[in-house]
Amino acid sequence: MPDQTGLELVAQRVREAVGDEAVVGTHHAYDRGSLEVAPARVHDVLTHLRDADEEPYGVLASLHGCDYLPSEPRLGVHYELLSMQSRERLNVKTRVTVEDPHVPTVTDLFPTADFHEREVYDFFGVVFDGHPDMRRILMPEDYEGHPQRRDFPIGGEPVLFTYNEKKLPNWYG
Amino acid sequence: MADVKGASYRERERSITMDIAGDEPIIGTDVATGADLEPEHELMTINLGPHHPATHGVLRLLTTIEGETVTDIKPIIGYVHTGIEKSCEDQQYWKAITFVERMDYLSYYFNAAAFCMAVETLLEEEVPTRAQYLRVIHMELNRIASHLFWIATAALDIGAVTMLWWGCRDRDMVLDLFEMSSGQRLHTRYFQVGGVFEDIPPGFERKTREFIEAMPARLDQYAALLDRNEIWLRRNKGTGIVAVEQLLELGVTGPLLRAAGNPWDLRKAMPYSCYEDFDFRIPVGTVGDNYDRYRVRLAEVRESLTIVEQALDGLPEGPWITSNRKVALPPRHELATSMEALIHHFKLVTEGFRVPPGEAYVPIESPRGELGCFVVADGSAKPARVHMRDPSFVNLQALAPMGEGGLLADFIASIAMLDPILGGIDR
Repeated sequence: MPDQTGLELVAQRVREAVGDEAVVGTHHAYDRGSLEVAPARVHDVLTHLRDADEEPYGVLASLHGCDYLPSEPRLGVHYELLSMQSRERLNVKTRVTVEDPHVPTVTDLFPTADFHEREVYDFFGVVFDGHPDMRRILMPEDYEGHPQRRDFPIGGEPVLFTYNEKKLPNWYG
Repeated sequence: MADVKGASYRERERSITMDIAGDEPIIGTDVATGADLEPEHELMTINLGPHHPATHGVLRLLTTIEGETVTDIKPIIGYVHTGIEKSCEDQQYWKAITFVERMDYLSYYFNAAAFCMAVETLLEEEVPTRAQYLRVIHMELNRIASHLFWIATAALDIGAVTMLWWGCRDRDMVLDLFEMSSGQRLHTRYFQVGGVFEDIPPGFERKTREFIEAMPARLDQYAALLDRNEIWLRRNKGTGIVAVEQLLELGVTGPLLRAAGNPWDLRKAMPYSCYEDFDFRIPVGTVGDNYDRYRVRLAEVRESLTIVEQALDGLPEGPWITSNRKVALPPRHELATSMEALIHHFKLVTEGFRVPPGEAYVPIESPRGELGCFVVADGSAKPARVHMRDPSFVNLQALAPMGEGGLLADFIASIAMLDPILGGIDR
């Protein structure tokens, strides 16, 4: 993990290479450096960090979504970057609103993001523009809503059995 | 029929299944114009799964085949999605451990460890060395159990029924050990935030050492059965090869990546939980085919045995859980005499402990690769978000490059060697 100074240096390099408005802020806590970027510039920032930066992060270890309900913008997308050479991790995150949940896809940079982005779309409704196959991945295709959002209630869904499948809404047409 | 004398087994098989009409391609005629159509081979789309023993769970693979050759694979998942991540948001931290263990149901210690370590990071809680060592012992035993169950089921897919009984027989010895230390054989919930639930009982060390002593001979038996078995070699040698660069792009970690020659192992690269104290090697493959995957996993079992032995040898004395009463339950005997202990117990059981706001992502090396736990705390006693970066979920993306262009039978071997756990994929 880069320390506080290292994180600021990374942020500085990203600002110089990609643009001043790309980096929204830096957070460093619990030995974890986090670079918050503007949603529209995610692709550019990750391109820079993967290819052009002097400490490149070649692997996308994980990508996950998060809902920070009371605070705005509500939805967060986290990119956990990993450098196998320097054995360092860097978190890049971006925040989008529920009304306009659009983030450019990074599947062209990191093909591993394919499933991850579909999962984030499935559970949080964040649309990754340019993703080749933006469909639900774990929930049924005809499911309504994005269940990992914090305002989505837990439970209350009837369980589908053979005896009740005709009575359940949205199942038999 | 093409001349197949002297051709390899695989080419002969291809020639038998692909060139039924001989060298002449099948050419259709356009009904309207009478002109010859482009020569085409018949494509067929079949479902592998969801209910099929070879898919290791409820995994549906929409497979397009041309004769016996696989041309396209689309994994369709979500059949055992149970919303564990969502359920965790409604549980106190110490209760959520029970939930996360049920994600990847063969490596429950790893799920619990990743979650507990993420919460400990947020709490900035020090874990005693004895607890770290006990965690290592149980995680490595779990790795052995997981790999044994994998070899049992994977070999069954390829037709080695004996291996199923042997693998399950030896895995049972590990489950007996889990039962000794925690009372449960599966989903033990042995790891707690701040340490482990209880010290190991008397006799656990002796039984574990007996297991460590017995296991190498068993592994030699497996090797004698499989290493040079002609069927095993023909099914696994040279099949399912994916280049290491592509594996990295696809985010594949664990034995699959190491079999392709990249020695990335978080236990060595970014040690956690006292792994830096132990002397062990990382087995790597050279070709990255299914056979290498098999050899790497079995070699890992041997390395895990040495880690467990070293951890037992060097097991330090001391507490097995943090003494911070705001996080860990007080010992049972204190409750009878100490009012304060009773209050702590009551508060912990009813309300749980509060975790200061923050985010943590803690990756550990599970039997299948990087298992990362992402926890967001909002200051209450329940997590605001728990996410597992499950290695099976990510590794599943490598299934298409492994299978495409190969024979359908090799694809079954590739699924087995990928070791997908659907509980982890769907969560």
